[in-house]
Amino acid sequence: MSDAATDPDKIEGPTPDNALRAADQAARPEKVLAADGTPLKRSLNRALRMQKMRALLLIAPLLLFVLLTFIAPIADMLFRSVENQIVSTTLPRTTAALGNWDASQDPVPDETVFEALYYDMFLAAEAKEHTKLGTRLNYEETGISSLFRSSGRKLDDIGEDRIDALEDLNETWEDAAFWFALMSGPEGGEKDAALLDAQRERMAELSGHSYSGDIGFAPAAAISALLPRATRAYTAFAIFTAIDDGDVVAEEEPWEAVKIALSEDLRDPDSISALEDYSGPGAAELRAAQPVMADMPPLDFRQAFLDIDEDWGDTDNWQTIQIYSPSYTSGYFLNAVDMEKTPDGPQFRDEKERIYWLLLKRTLFMSLVITGSCILLGYPVAWILANLPMRTANLLMILVLLPFWTSLLVRTSAWKVMLQQQGVINDVLVWLGLVDDSARLIMINNQFGTIVAMTHILLPFMILPMYSVMQTIPPSYLRAAKSLGATNWTAFWRVYFPQSVPGIGAGSILVFILSIGYYITPEIVGGTTGTFISNRIAYHISSSLNWGLAAALGTILLAVVLILYWAYDKIVGIDNVKLG
Amino acid sequence: MAEKQTDDAFVEFERVQKSYDGETLVVKDLNLSVPRGEFLTMLGPSGSGKTTCLMMLAGFETATHGDIRLGGTSINNIPPHKRGIGMVFQNYALFPHMTIAENLSFPLEVRKIGKADREKKVKRALEMVEMGDFGGRRPAQLSGGQQQRVALARALVFEPELVLMDEPLGALDKQLREKMQFEITDLAHNLGITTVYVTHDQTEALTMSDRVAVFDDGRIQQIAPPDALYEEPENSFVAQFIGENNTMLGTIKEIKDSVALVELDGGAVIDAKPINVSDVGARTRVSIRPERVEVDKNRLQPGAHTIKAEVLEFIYMGDIFRTRLRVGDNDDFIVKTRNAPDQRRMQPGEQIEIGWLPEDCRALDA
Repeated sequence: MSDAATDPDKIEGPTPDNALRAADQAARPEKVLAADGTPLKRSLNRALRMQKMRALLLIAPLLLFVLLTFIAPIADMLFRSVENQIVSTTLPRTTAALGNWDASQDPVPDETVFEALYYDMFLAAEAKEHTKLGTRLNYEETGISSLFRSSGRKLDDIGEDRIDALEDLNETWEDAAFWFALMSGPEGGEKDAALLDAQRERMAELSGHSYSGDIGFAPAAAISALLPRATRAYTAFAIFTAIDDGDVVAEEEPWEAVKIALSEDLRDPDSISALEDYSGPGAAELRAAQPVMADMPPLDFRQAFLDIDEDWGDTDNWQTIQIYSPSYTSGYFLNAVDMEKTPDGPQFRDEKERIYWLLLKRTLFMSLVITGSCILLGYPVAWILANLPMRTANLLMILVLLPFWTSLLVRTSAWKVMLQQQGVINDVLVWLGLVDDSARLIMINNQFGTIVAMTHILLPFMILPMYSVMQTIPPSYLRAAKSLGATNWTAFWRVYFPQSVPGIGAGSILVFILSIGYYITPEIVGGTTGTFISNRIAYHISSSLNWGLAAALGTILLAVVLILYWAYDKIVGIDNVKLG
Repeated sequence: MAEKQTDDAFVEFERVQKSYDGETLVVKDLNLSVPRGEFLTMLGPSGSGKTTCLMMLAGFETATHGDIRLGGTSINNIPPHKRGIGMVFQNYALFPHMTIAENLSFPLEVRKIGKADREKKVKRALEMVEMGDFGGRRPAQLSGGQQQRVALARALVFEPELVLMDEPLGALDKQLREKMQFEITDLAHNLGITTVYVTHDQTEALTMSDRVAVFDDGRIQQIAPPDALYEEPENSFVAQFIGENNTMLGTIKEIKDSVALVELDGGAVIDAKPINVSDVGARTRVSIRPERVEVDKNRLQPGAHTIKAEVLEFIYMGDIFRTRLRVGDNDDFIVKTRNAPDQRRMQPGEQIEIGWLPEDCRALDA
């Protein structure tokens, strides 16, 4: 109160502050100069800069620490909740080819998609990235993981007869050096640097590490024009061999996919006509191979994949791949609110499969109950502490703080001992005859157990702010109210309680926000009905490894907290929150 | 101060004792009766028991022994909220979460007074303290003096017959305090309410009160109107506590016709009026107010007693001169003289003769 009396903003007339303010206003029209003639403002800023720098230096270690260990991971998690580049980086050409596919017209995509899938998968399988994509897509459609896994193993078998035919024709097609010479072209010839760079970039996107550096190979421009598929495949092979395997390209026989690509090129009318003008290395071998390849039956990639696994004919799998082709997806968020992406747009899952909405509601409800019970239990304690003599209050405060000094796990486990069916409380009740031995109360591994244990654990966070606020309420207010005719209850309710609300607010925010994200206690005592959404997040982080979904759930939780905080600010006003 | 003193005692303390720890008495055998309409001030140093008395009267402390009566009925067992006593607290205790109007309305609401009536009374009370325009503000938006007025209005709004004030002006600066002193007494007299006012500021007590009860050591040392208290202190505590005083220790030589002959420790023998000394040979403390001492021989009243003194220090204070003298073995003897055109300014070291009327010199307990 005495502070308010001296507050210059509220007092009119001659106070020192008002005088300063008046002087300030009077001086404003003309620029005030310092003794050396520079504007006073600039001199002042210069004088203050040193102080500011010093202050910044002092907080710099903490600032960096927080940025690195707190802000950055949060930003990363937020990003992960929408990030979905794995599909388009692993199967770039397939997803591009899938763009035109319409599931309602054609249950299975056409041959071009399967051809693209073959080359994409072959490269991904060599880089061992296809199983990751399988795992990713399996979150959306069960079974894709095993489909990718088995297909990756059997890709080598596709088009075996062509490769055999090629190698029967001339053994040089098994010769690594011949392939290297064919693809490199004549010495000093023009190189297709663009293709090399494009393939490097594609490989980098696929496996997530850099592919720069010398690989001892560059595709010839002529061969790249003549045999586009084979050159592209060989370039990828060369990059992979040189960088990932650390081998010499010229000494390694190319992948089956390269030979398949060559056979496809040799059936292409454009290549056939261009081949007549070609005079680079391997021209004779190519001309010899061309009619053989042209006479072979066309290679049906679609049938080949269906032979490997008939699930490739499943429309759902293809729709999943198509829906998750974009680099960013709302799929994780939709999953987090029990929806799924379908070709017809987002739709709710079946009633039986909805769990996150239920968990979120349960988390909010239980957090509210815990906050409420903390207020009910904490308020009288804080009141007594605030009204006792200092010495006694400090002693009792130790009892309040005692839980802080005990391990969280120990406290939670203690509740397990207390509440379980063969536990202390049940034993006492049975011994007293209040409960029959056959009908022992179930107080743990359910909501009740979680609420009891968490209320106990979070109680200090409620008592401390309430206590520090109550301490600042002078007892004279209650006396004044009573002298004005208020009963004890009225004096408390109309005068004391409203002034203690900031403490309740601060405590409630603390307890609510802590409990909404609590993990360990619900995990231990929650059973199935008492777990929180955080337990599900932890499950996705550590067991199912669906980090995207975990990130989306975490983001929603963060948003809920922020919205509640904002609502609290609107309704109660955050200025009304006091920690002391 | 021309308040009529009625005989019916409105507030009565009868043999009241109070102990907090069961070992020492904070209030020892207090007997006090305050007539209706009187402005009584409880004055005393801190720890003298005056605030405890007020709190017992308000009902926040219970008397360990004795009876407190209000309007003839014992209120020992009546809780504070049923006593109907208005109270102004040292820090005003205005409820910070309510506006001024709500603060004033609070005592009316708990008395279940209708809304229209309430608003009328609140308005009247605010106007009474010239705060009519501030009803919508919060206490924190008011200055100390304004809060003081609101606290006063709140204590009066439910028209109590008795108002208690616990050092209400302690937090104000000097000028405001003097203004508020005047306003409070004015208001109390105009409304005809009985006021018990606690302060440790003797100027406040003298200027505001009909009667002042001087507390020390858990007892009332003297209860009297301000002029009597100042001019006729009944013991040496009151003499020294109220105003400035010159005291000299001595021994009673003789008492005759209400004049005591006192031999000061310095050897001089003076006349004094015996107050609470009776036996010849008893130690006594003679007391004389600085302004009752005459330093100019020519102005001495007939029958005045004279004594030699040496000027030690002369202080110019504007309206008065304050001269420190050595009289006998007391070298802290103060004389105040008016700054009149013919008043002489004495020089340190000067030997002079001072004098006073024997009835201004009171022989009190040592």
